[in-house]
Amino acid sequence: MADTLEYKYTAKDFKSDQEVRWCPGCGDHAVLSSVQRALAELGIPKEKIAFISGIGCSSRFPYYMDTYGFHGIHGRASAIATGVKTANPELSVWQITGDGDALAIGGNHFIHAIRRNIDINIILFNNEIYGLTKGQYSPTSTKGLVTKTSPFGTVEEPFSVGELVIGAKGKFFARTIDTNVALSTQIYIEAAKHKGTSVIEVLQNCVIFNDGIHDEIADKEVRDDRTLILKHGQPMIFGKNNDKGLILEGCRRLKSVKLGENGITEKNILVHDAFEPNPGIQYMLANMKYPEYPVALGVIRSIDGPTYDIAVREQIEGIKKTAKIKCMDDLLKSGSTWSVG
Amino acid sequence: MSKKSRVIEREEVVIRFSGDSGDGMQLTGTLFSDTAALFGNDLSTFPDYPAEIRAPQGTVGGVSGFQVHLGHSEINTPGDFSDVLVAMNPAAIKANAKWIKPGGTIIYDEGNFTEKNIEKAGYEKDPILEEKLESYNVIAAPISSMVKEALKDFGLDPKSVLRTKNMFALGMVYWLFDRKLNYTEDYFEKKFRNKPGMAEANKTALRAGYYYAETIEALNPVYKILPAQIAKGTYRNINGNSATAWGFIAAAEKAGLELFIGSYPITPATGILEELAARKDLGVKSFQAEDEIAGICTSLGASFAGNLAVTSTSGPGLALKSEAIGLAVMAELPIVIVNVQRGGPSTGLPTKTEQADLMQALYGRNGECPVVVIASSTPSDCFHFAFEAARIALEHMTPVLLLSDSYLANGTEPWRIPEMKDLPKINPPFADRTEIPFLPYKRDNEKLSRSWAVPGTAGLEHRIGGLEKTVKGTVSYTPENHEEMVKVRAEKVERVVNEIPDLEVYGAKSGNILVVGWGGSYGYLITAVRELQDEGHKISMVNFNYINPMPKNVKDVFSRFKKIVVCELNMGQFADYLRIKHQEFTYEQINKVQGVPFKVNDIKEKCIKMLEDK
Repeated sequence: MADTLEYKYTAKDFKSDQEVRWCPGCGDHAVLSSVQRALAELGIPKEKIAFISGIGCSSRFPYYMDTYGFHGIHGRASAIATGVKTANPELSVWQITGDGDALAIGGNHFIHAIRRNIDINIILFNNEIYGLTKGQYSPTSTKGLVTKTSPFGTVEEPFSVGELVIGAKGKFFARTIDTNVALSTQIYIEAAKHKGTSVIEVLQNCVIFNDGIHDEIADKEVRDDRTLILKHGQPMIFGKNNDKGLILEGCRRLKSVKLGENGITEKNILVHDAFEPNPGIQYMLANMKYPEYPVALGVIRSIDGPTYDIAVREQIEGIKKTAKIKCMDDLLKSGSTWSVG
Repeated sequence: MSKKSRVIEREEVVIRFSGDSGDGMQLTGTLFSDTAALFGNDLSTFPDYPAEIRAPQGTVGGVSGFQVHLGHSEINTPGDFSDVLVAMNPAAIKANAKWIKPGGTIIYDEGNFTEKNIEKAGYEKDPILEEKLESYNVIAAPISSMVKEALKDFGLDPKSVLRTKNMFALGMVYWLFDRKLNYTEDYFEKKFRNKPGMAEANKTALRAGYYYAETIEALNPVYKILPAQIAKGTYRNINGNSATAWGFIAAAEKAGLELFIGSYPITPATGILEELAARKDLGVKSFQAEDEIAGICTSLGASFAGNLAVTSTSGPGLALKSEAIGLAVMAELPIVIVNVQRGGPSTGLPTKTEQADLMQALYGRNGECPVVVIASSTPSDCFHFAFEAARIALEHMTPVLLLSDSYLANGTEPWRIPEMKDLPKINPPFADRTEIPFLPYKRDNEKLSRSWAVPGTAGLEHRIGGLEKTVKGTVSYTPENHEEMVKVRAEKVERVVNEIPDLEVYGAKSGNILVVGWGGSYGYLITAVRELQDEGHKISMVNFNYINPMPKNVKDVFSRFKKIVVCELNMGQFADYLRIKHQEFTYEQINKVQGVPFKVNDIKEKCIKMLEDK
C-alpha cells in the first residue's frame, strides 16, 4: 500500500466531475459511496490510486473517481491492473469488475491474477445477470433462471465466486452486500491493507434486469437471520437475537444451530479464523447458501504470502547487484565480438 | 595446420548442415557461422527446422537444416544452392538434393545409411544414384563408427557417443574451409564447465573429424574464402529476435524509462521474450502472460503506468491482440506490438516464413483504427527498427506495429555494434505538472500527440478508456465529436511521415524496372537486383521499412520507372496496399507462398522475362 499523507481526505475528495449515469436505485451507487469513504479513511494520496475496469455497468466506476483511471475492454481488467501494478508497485490498484466481466470473458485473467497474488484489490459486483446488454444470464445466475437468452430457464451450474477464488489459490476473499455501506467500507479498508490479491464479492442489485435477486438474504427485515457477518477471532453467531450459530458436525460439514437447543452453548460455536492457511472451513463458509445456512459476509479468508509485484522487483534488484552488464553498451560488447580495421 | 593439396579461392560459398531434428544441426551451423564471423567473413544464415520437437526419426518431415552463406564480399542472403551439403541421414539427401549446386560436395554419414533409413526417406537402395548425384564430389564418411572408435575410452553410454557425430562432421567442414577449431573448443569448455568429460568428448570428435578429412584425399579441393572488406568497427553475430529485444532495451535506456514486456510464448517470436527475460541485469520486467490477450493488456497497463511497454507475438497471436490494439489506439498510449510473421492462416506453418500478415497489421481491427506499421528487413536491422518503433510510439503516443518474420528472427549475420552515445535521445511528451486541470486528449500542435500523465503525479489524475471521449476526457457519443476524434487520430499517425527517411533507391534513379520489396525479403531481392545490374540491366530497387505512413517520395521514385514489380512472400498484399495508396501506377507482382524465402535465381529469371516483354 502506498504512503499516507497529512491532509485528511473526505469521501467527497474522491468524487470526479462526471455525472454518475447508473440507473436510479442501482446498487452501484452504494458501492461507489462505500469505496469513496474507505479511501478517505485510508488516506492514500489520490495520485497514487488507479482504478481499472473492464466492461459492464460497474466498469464505468473509474470515471466517477477523482483518481487515475483506465476503463479497459471486456474481461481484461485483471490483466491491465496486473501491468499497472507490476510497472509501479507504489500504486494502490483497484479493479472494478462484474460477474460476466470477471468470470465469463475474463475468467482466465481473473484466476491467474489471483494465482500470482499480485497486490491489487478486485471488487466484483455480482448481480447474477448481464445488465449492460439488457438481461442475459451470467456465470453466477442460479440454475433455471429465466432470462432473454434462457427463456426456458438455464440448464447450467453457476460459479460460486469464493470457491473459484480459493481454488485459484486466493489469499483474500470477502463478501458484502451493496447496501450495507458500513460493512462494505470496513471490508474495502481491510482489502487495501492486505498485501496480495484481494477479492471482494459484492452482492449487488440490478434494479432493472434482476431486481431483488439478493432480497431473500439482503432485505432489512430478514438479513440478520439469514446472513452471518464473520469477524476474525469471534464466534460465528448470527440472528436478530444473536441466538443462532455454526458448529462443525463430524469434522466434515457445517451446521446451523440454535443456541440453547440440544444443549448447545456459545462454547460449541465455531470461532472464525480468517488467517488459517488451510482453506477447509473458509471454503465451506464461502459456499454456504440460504436456507440451509446463513450467507457468510465479511472477510472470510485473509492470509499473507509473497506478492508478484514485489517478487519481480526484488528479483531484478538482486540480479542487478552482482551483474556484470550494467548498461546497454556493456550488453552490446558482451560475448563473442571481433574488430575490423 | 596441415599442408593443403589444392586450394581454391572463392568469393563466397554456401554450406548446409542437415540431419534429424535431434542431430544437433542448429548448434553445428551456429558454431560454424560464429567461427566464420570471427575470421572476418560476411555471412548470412538460415535455420530451417520442423515444428515438431522430435519429428519421426529418419523421415523427410523431421529434417532440420542450417544453411550458412559466407563470403569475401557482401552477403545478403543465406544462398539459394549449397556448395557443400552435410547429410547426417538419407532423409537429408531427399530434402536437399535439388538445392545442391551441380558438382557440389556432399558429405554423408555412411553408418546412418542403413536399409531402414534409406527406405524411410523414400529411396529404394542408393540415395546418391537415385538422385543422380554420383558425378558430384560425394564423400561417404563412416561418421558413426569413427566417433565410436574415437571415444571408446571415454566411458560414455552409446547414446552420448553418437550425439557427438555432428562435431565430427563439423571438424571435417572446418578442414575443408581451412578454419581453426579454437572457437568451438572454447565453446565446449564453457558449456561443459562442470562436465569436463563431455567437453573433452566433443573436442575429440571435432578433432577426429578434422584429421579424418585431412587424411582422405576425397576432400579436394579445399576452399579458401578471404575475410570480407567491411566497414571498420566492432562486430558480433546476431539474429533478428535478439536484435529486436536489444533495440527495445536501448530505446528504454535512451528514454530513461523502465522496459516492460508482456508476452505469451509463440513460435517464431518466443526468442524476443526469452532474450528480454534474461535481461534482469538491465532491469527488464518480463511478464509471461496467461494468454496473448493478457500479454498486450498487461503491457497496456504498464504503458498507462509509465513504462516503455512492448508485446511480441506471431500471426495467430496478433489476431487475439486486435481488440486491445484498438484500446491502445483509443487510449492513445505508447506500445510496440511485434509480429514475427509465419506461414498462415490459422496455425499454418509455425516454423516457416511468410509476409502474409500485412493486411492484418494495417487493418485487422474494428473501427477506424490506424497504427504506425514498420517492418525490419535484415536480422541485424531489427535492432534499429525496434528502436525506431519504440521512439515513434513514445514520442507520438501511439501503438506501433513492428513486423518481422521467421526468416529474420532465426537468421543471423554479422552486425557492427553501435555505441549508445550515437543513438538519439527519446523524449516522451510527459504532461507538465502545471497543466491543471489536465486534459487527457489535448494535443501538441505539431505531432498531434496527447501528453502522458503518469499515475503517481499529483494533480494530473484523469480517466481514459475505450469509449469515445472529448478533449476533456468526458465520454461522448456526439456525432461531430466522434468524427473529429477519428480524423485527428488518423492525422496523428499520418504526421509520423515528417520524421521518417525517404525511400532509398538502390541503383539508377530511373530505368526499365523498379523492384519493390518490403521487410524481410530485402536480402534476396537486393542480391538479384545487384546481379542483374552487373549484367547490364536497367533495373533498380527500393525496400519499404515504413509501411504506414509511407515515405513522402514514393510517387517521385515510382514515376521514373517503366515497370514496377512488387515482390513479396504472400499473394500480393503490399501490391494491393500500393494500389490503394498510389493508384496512379500499375503494379506487377512476383509472389511466393511456400513458407520459404525467395530464390535469387527465380527473381532474376522473372525480372529478365519482364525486361524482355517490353
